[in-house]
Amino acid sequence: MTTDTADSAAAAAIAPAADPSFLQRHGQAIEYVLIPGAALAGALVVFGIFVALFGKNPLDLYFYMYYGAFGTWFSWQNTLARAAPLILTALCTALPAQLGMVIIGGEGALLIGALAATSAALALPWAPPLAVQFAMVIAGIIGGGLWIMLAGALRQYRGVNETISSLLLVYIALAILNHLVEGPMRDPASLNKPSTREIGAANMIGTIPGTDVHWGLVFGLVAAAAAYILIYHTTFGFAARVAGGNIRAARIVGLSVGKLIMTICFLAGGAAGLAGMIEVAAVQGRTNANLAAGYGFTGILVAFLARQNPLAVIPVAILLGGISASGGLLQRRLGLPDASVLVLQGIIFVFVLASDALYGRIGFLKGKG
Amino acid sequence: MDFGRISRRHLLQGGAALTLGTALGARGALAAETTIGFIYVGSRDDYGYNQAHAQGAAALKKLPGLKVVEEEKVPETDAVEKTMESMINLDGASLLFPTSFGYYNPHVLKMAQKYPKLRFQHCGGLWSDKDPKNAGSYFGYIDEAQYISGIVAGYSTKSGKLGFVAAKPIPQVLRNINAFTLGAKLANPKATTQVIFTGDWSMPVKEAEATNSLIDQGVDVLTCHVDGPKTMVENAARRGAMVCGYHVNQSPLAPKAYLTGAEWNWEALYPKFVKMIAAGETIPNFYRGGLKDEIVKVSPYGEAVSEEARKHADEVKSKFMSSDFVIFKGPISDNKGKVVIAAGTDRGQKDAELEKMDYLVDGVIGATS
Repeated sequence: MTTDTADSAAAAAIAPAADPSFLQRHGQAIEYVLIPGAALAGALVVFGIFVALFGKNPLDLYFYMYYGAFGTWFSWQNTLARAAPLILTALCTALPAQLGMVIIGGEGALLIGALAATSAALALPWAPPLAVQFAMVIAGIIGGGLWIMLAGALRQYRGVNETISSLLLVYIALAILNHLVEGPMRDPASLNKPSTREIGAANMIGTIPGTDVHWGLVFGLVAAAAAYILIYHTTFGFAARVAGGNIRAARIVGLSVGKLIMTICFLAGGAAGLAGMIEVAAVQGRTNANLAAGYGFTGILVAFLARQNPLAVIPVAILLGGISASGGLLQRRLGLPDASVLVLQGIIFVFVLASDALYGRIGFLKGKG
Repeated sequence: MDFGRISRRHLLQGGAALTLGTALGARGALAAETTIGFIYVGSRDDYGYNQAHAQGAAALKKLPGLKVVEEEKVPETDAVEKTMESMINLDGASLLFPTSFGYYNPHVLKMAQKYPKLRFQHCGGLWSDKDPKNAGSYFGYIDEAQYISGIVAGYSTKSGKLGFVAAKPIPQVLRNINAFTLGAKLANPKATTQVIFTGDWSMPVKEAEATNSLIDQGVDVLTCHVDGPKTMVENAARRGAMVCGYHVNQSPLAPKAYLTGAEWNWEALYPKFVKMIAAGETIPNFYRGGLKDEIVKVSPYGEAVSEEARKHADEVKSKFMSSDFVIFKGPISDNKGKVVIAAGTDRGQKDAELEKMDYLVDGVIGATS
């Protein structure tokens, strides 16, 4: 009884309007903010101790992390530019997760999407830029979509584990990219850096006015919002979540699970393929091995940290974008090796996964009356 | 908490950067403290490509009035653009060394346009007249040092079989393989070089497999052209084979097995660049040279190198140092029997035809595709 009083007092401190019914209604939402926040804070403390063991001042560390990621307008742009591709590649893992599938092959879909988008642009040298860009978007989505659909089809019709198959498809995609870039699609002028021909400056999608952040960020935000609406506010999304919860029950009530899997996998791959298209149309201007920069793999981390929620993918991508943006400053100012950023990402990952056990177990959020 | 101090320092650096930018642009003189940014694609202690540049950076750190900031493992995506901008905006860097080949197009070009008063020195020799004047690209004719390595290898092999672990069949790599082989044939006309391409710049597992497979085939002297020769050197030495190094001196890794090696001499070139800026001279946008220009060098001979080999290698080296010695002197045929350089044709160091090399000379066992 005493703990309950103390808990409701604590809750009242956070939310002045707290009464049992408020907590009953919003307890879950508060949990979704409080638990990851606490996990992140815990991870930062552990990382601070780790850095202190190397004789660096943890306060300096926190300052430079903040400064490099969010401290100046430039830092913000740096963070957002790095977050842009991660939002899209995270959707490649988060969408199939609604069906209970673990797809980790976003990198492959990104590469195939980039190749498809580049091919589309090179096939339309006479078309006006807007038409070329539109064709690139469509080609990128279809390329990436079909690639992950392959993993979905293998699971649905052949019982192949989609996690393994989607991962292995990454290496096949990379091999295809290298083969095409070093062979049939190679620009003969790209001597020591085998690349396709350039899509042309006019066809590049450019940056959001007033910033240095390319339009990929907007594509990402729109895609994440659309994915959220699809999953939580449509009957299709409801069906997907039912199938993800209990596939036999879904079949018994007559849901076409196969169709759900194929559609979701297509959309997931399409998101990563779109990320590939954007890397070509906003950054590289052509396809070459530079595209395999690991965005697809970081996207897996983003999706898991966001607990597979398409909307939560956005802040998490920005957080990881910020960590990578400030990583450079940590190297330069504190002399930390590049691997320290990976250590931090790893610590955060462990904390967030461990914090999963806390959901529904925090007394005062249950709103016991 | 010393945030106040830090932000004041940033402010000062920002101011310094502004003054410096104008100073460099207008008069090319060095201000009181110049910040120079180095960006590496891999880790700076890789005993290879990146370490060679880090050694150049270390040479600059010893000069008064210079501050060097470094960042490693920066991928060839817009991450490198942001890293350059971060060094400019947050550290006040006015001279940048983005050292990886794939940074140039489009990333260095984009930044050079955006910051016309700052200087960008890229490693790779890619600058052309269309490119911004504040961007420069330098490179070394390291095939000259490979040629000397080849001579030493030719004398040191007992089986007459040499091995080459290479990344990709691009002109720059083929030129090294061919120069090494032509050098070896000076010493031992029957020597052959078996080449294995791993497909990418940093593939430690494949490099180890290639090394073992070459030794299994009877190869007893190996060299390589990958980003980090460490794997090849250590594995070859363990198996009792001799090695010629690449990028930097790897003799600390295998003191007994190390014969000699082809090294970059960035620690001589970078101080030269800085002195040119300080003296108000402009660094040529396209800056290349070989042994004579001290851009590349040959490692000191290991104890296993015979007197005869030393004498012959030194003799050829002195020809490089004193005259325009030509490695690719016709007649040269490729390993399929086709004449690639006709009798009487000299393809000297700067010959543009050599930049398009797509063949392996007679004596090399392997194929370009």
